[in-house]
Amino acid sequence: MSGMSKIVKTISSIIFPFITIYGLYVIAHGHLTPGGGFQGGAVVASGLAMLLVAYGSVWTMGKLKEKHLSINQTLESVGAIGFIGLAFFGLIFGTKIFFNNFLVNKQDYLFGATVKLGETAANINTAGILPLMNFAVGLKVIAGLFGIVLLMAYATRLKEGK
Amino acid sequence: MNVPDYIIPLIVAIPLLGAFLTPLVSRINDKLRNIFVIIVLALNAVLVFLLASDILTTGIKTYVFGAKDLSYPIVRILFEVDAMSIFMAIISSILVLVAVVYSWSFMEKNTGLDKYYTLILLLTAGMLGMVLTGDMFNFFVFLEITSIASCALIAFWIHRGESVEAGFKYIVISAMGALFVLFAVALLYGQYNALNIALLSSVIQYTFLDKIALVLLIVALAMKAGIVPMHMWLPDSYGSAPSSISIILVSATLASLYGVFRVIFTLYGNVLSNIANFGIPVNVFIGWLIVALAMVSILIGVIMALIQTDFKRLIAYGAVAELGYMFLGIGAGITALGTAYGKTALDGGIFHIINDALDVGLLFLVAGAIYYATKETSLDKLGGLARNMKYTTVFFVIGLLAVAGMPPLNGFASKLLIYESTFQLNPILAIVAILSSILLLAVFVKVFYSAFMGPQLPKFKDVKEVPKSMLFSMGVIACIIVIFGLFPEVIINNIVEPAANALIGYSEYISQVVAGGI
Repeated sequence: MSGMSKIVKTISSIIFPFITIYGLYVIAHGHLTPGGGFQGGAVVASGLAMLLVAYGSVWTMGKLKEKHLSINQTLESVGAIGFIGLAFFGLIFGTKIFFNNFLVNKQDYLFGATVKLGETAANINTAGILPLMNFAVGLKVIAGLFGIVLLMAYATRLKEGK
Repeated sequence: MNVPDYIIPLIVAIPLLGAFLTPLVSRINDKLRNIFVIIVLALNAVLVFLLASDILTTGIKTYVFGAKDLSYPIVRILFEVDAMSIFMAIISSILVLVAVVYSWSFMEKNTGLDKYYTLILLLTAGMLGMVLTGDMFNFFVFLEITSIASCALIAFWIHRGESVEAGFKYIVISAMGALFVLFAVALLYGQYNALNIALLSSVIQYTFLDKIALVLLIVALAMKAGIVPMHMWLPDSYGSAPSSISIILVSATLASLYGVFRVIFTLYGNVLSNIANFGIPVNVFIGWLIVALAMVSILIGVIMALIQTDFKRLIAYGAVAELGYMFLGIGAGITALGTAYGKTALDGGIFHIINDALDVGLLFLVAGAIYYATKETSLDKLGGLARNMKYTTVFFVIGLLAVAGMPPLNGFASKLLIYESTFQLNPILAIVAILSSILLLAVFVKVFYSAFMGPQLPKFKDVKEVPKSMLFSMGVIACIIVIFGLFPEVIINNIVEPAANALIGYSEYISQVVAGGI
């Protein structure tokens, strides 16, 4: 798969940071607004896929090395370990229950603020381990989906015999 | 022995954590990764045995995720472990541990082994989750995890076209089955606003929608268990997966079989014994349906096994027939619910689950050993291997006699229980079952003769015995088979009987969750 025209390349390079920021926003506000780790991760990964399509798999594979792919795989593992690790931490800290939200309503820690009653503005510094779990899922989805897209791009390259 | 409650989620969580750590450990060293996976699974098996010793002495244990205890209405994810669940968990953890030890040498020359071990650990987490959970939707989630992991493992030898075909067939079948299960769960949730098995079981009415849900659940789970006429994926998958995976798939299908029993005995337990349709009690109706499926499975499995020339496909059809024996025992138990011989049939059916897992597992491992040594699976091209592979031959003879139900091995103990109880239900059933068992012996004697006996073939002159890790794992299973065969009473009294009581005693299962029982 060869690259597209210069116009497409330029526009997608300009749009890409915005898509990424939007995806990261959805991940970070997962505990407050609709969407979360998976949806935000999918948005970021689709931004990456857009770049891949615009620049073409031949160019991308030329730039990518074995090392980069293994970093991608490691990030995916780290995301998954983060999620299950947080569940295990619930067993270690606090009331010793698996998947226990041990950070919630602890003022001293990050994401430890208590949600006020009634109609107030959403406070991102709440919900204990839920945002952290969203981050872990987001990382896993970005790395996993982008890995799949890369693999497909690699396969199209094989088919064209290059 | 008393163990803390949090051991229950750990049994599912440790393989999951291990699965995600495996790619990282694999970066360091391949040997280290193999040791790591074996340690994770051995630790898990130890936890399962500790939990089993607790549950068999003190009774049902429950665990609520993310909260101290259940509050009404029940929306929490709940694990509820009784003697039947832990019985299945023991089978899964033994088979997976043996398969991983076997893989050390068997898969040595393959690439992509970090993914292989990751998928095995995910599959283990899925199977153990299916048998331990007390929640219908959670059951569906673990069913999906099991299907996706098994599909990828079936197609692991991706350079062989038939593996990919088998994997595709399996994913289509299991996606359909999982959708059936999801639809049935939705039907139940729509009527009773609950997903918890115990809670559903306490309020179930056997309305028209409940009947549809029952049919969907039985069909989907029996399809995943490989009962004839929904068995078409099974010989392909078992036959074209690597042998170490075939033995894990045996326990994955048994986890689906457990789903059938849990649905019939616990979810519809209240309905089964108390409601009659058209003057026939529901249990007689469902029981005869299952007996009919079982008879068809036994006959078709044995007859198809007779004509196979591929070693692993032949064993796979043997496995279909063995599944039929389990269903026969359980079906007779349902039909004659409450009578003494019904209880015996249930005992036999449940005892046969563990026996079949061990016997068929051992045969798959032997088939894998032969493939490893000769790179050949067709029976027409094999011959005279007993001269070069002494230990493997001994293990095959043990597996052959056990699967055909010859005394003094374990297959005989459970099949005798099934024969004597189904004879009281209807003599024809027992006669057909015994004849099929003899046919099964004929099938495997044919295999024994064509693969191991006869003159030494020139192309197999340099064949060597397989490496120690493979011999060790086959030896472990063979030892368990012989011990089970020599002391069946110990096994029946200590783990089979409690499991059968747990299946019948649905009211106890309910009263653990719903205050005040029913």
